[in-house]
Amino acid sequence: MAENRETILPSLLKRHEKEILRAWGAEQLRSHALSNLRDDDRARLSGEFLNAFQRAFQTGDPDNIESEQWRQVREFLADLSAEQAKQGATPVEIATFIFSLKQILFRTLEDALSKNPEQFAREIWLATLILDRLGLYTTEMAMKIREDVIARQQTEMLELSTPVVKLWDGVLALPLIGTLDSARTQIVMESLLQEIVRTGSGIAIVDITGVPTVDTLVAQHLLKTVAAARLMGAECIISGIRPQIASTIVHLGVNLGDVTTKATLADAFSVALRRNNLVVTKAAPAVHRKMTDE
Amino acid sequence: MDRIPILKLGEFLLVSVQVDMHDQLAMALQEDLTERIVAAHARGVLIDISALDIVDSFIGRMLGNIASMSRVLDAETVVVGMAPAVAITLVELGLSLPGVRTALNVEKGMELLRRAMDFETGVEGV
Repeated sequence: MAENRETILPSLLKRHEKEILRAWGAEQLRSHALSNLRDDDRARLSGEFLNAFQRAFQTGDPDNIESEQWRQVREFLADLSAEQAKQGATPVEIATFIFSLKQILFRTLEDALSKNPEQFAREIWLATLILDRLGLYTTEMAMKIREDVIARQQTEMLELSTPVVKLWDGVLALPLIGTLDSARTQIVMESLLQEIVRTGSGIAIVDITGVPTVDTLVAQHLLKTVAAARLMGAECIISGIRPQIASTIVHLGVNLGDVTTKATLADAFSVALRRNNLVVTKAAPAVHRKMTDE
Repeated sequence: MDRIPILKLGEFLLVSVQVDMHDQLAMALQEDLTERIVAAHARGVLIDISALDIVDSFIGRMLGNIASMSRVLDAETVVVGMAPAVAITLVELGLSLPGVRTALNVEKGMELLRRAMDFETGVEGV
């Protein structure tokens, strides 16, 4: 492949820069590359890319776009992908920005090398190779941006979905919403136990009304949480068990053992009050006082 | 060699673990405690592990053993002040210390012991 390195592409790019840029801009519009870009931005970005591309091509190894010479081009494309992906451009649109340069380059090569078909074929292959790599690189970057967003949203969801609330002195509640997996259980367990220590609560109610399904794994996670709370000296009550979930638990053969379970959060709360020797009573009727006021 | 002090409080014994437990120390504690329970005719034992922040399977098992042994010697045993990280570790190790009473802190542990004594002797209140 050594002879492939002798290429006239960089010098060609430099010499015909103006024409290439103009043709490329038109081609981008035709192929709907980055369609939400303003015209002056498009011209500026195209110019910057072509400039960096031409400089990297002069010194860099076209087989290896990971090398130092291509760093500027890579950084430019990474920024471009990130910016465009944030504005809602699809990976296809971003890659088309690069791929639309192909036809322009081929036409320029054709004009320059019409008398030398052998070299023409070689140059075409080289240009295809490098532009394909760069195009795929933009796709990879756009994907990476999306994955970052998804990962961030996941952690945000984890933080949002595990509030420990205090119902009464010495009574905590943990309303669980959504599916429980190992990672979430870990966070739920830690925040519950920490809150137990902080508030010195003797009773914690774990409400699973918002948990859509309970399988053996989820049941085991719940039991672990209950066991850990018990080791610390707090009692756990599991509430909000729906009829279907109760039947699933029995059919799965999960043994909830000596864990106190209640159908609703209200039932669990009244148990918690009873354990703390508290009672809720009706206040004296306010009717009498109201009448005397009038 | 270091030893964990065992304090006598009426008819209860108070053990407060204030250092990192290593294997030798746990063995020594087990030995000392059983001897003290017999010598002092203790009716209740309170083990405070609030300063303990690292446990392994051996220490976890020793804690369980110590509690079970004191119970065999007719002394109610309460383990108090376990840290969240320790509780999670023990549960993950499969050592959920069945049959061992627990409480959040020394105060609540004492209350639990007193209630257990009252229940046994049939005295209401206090």
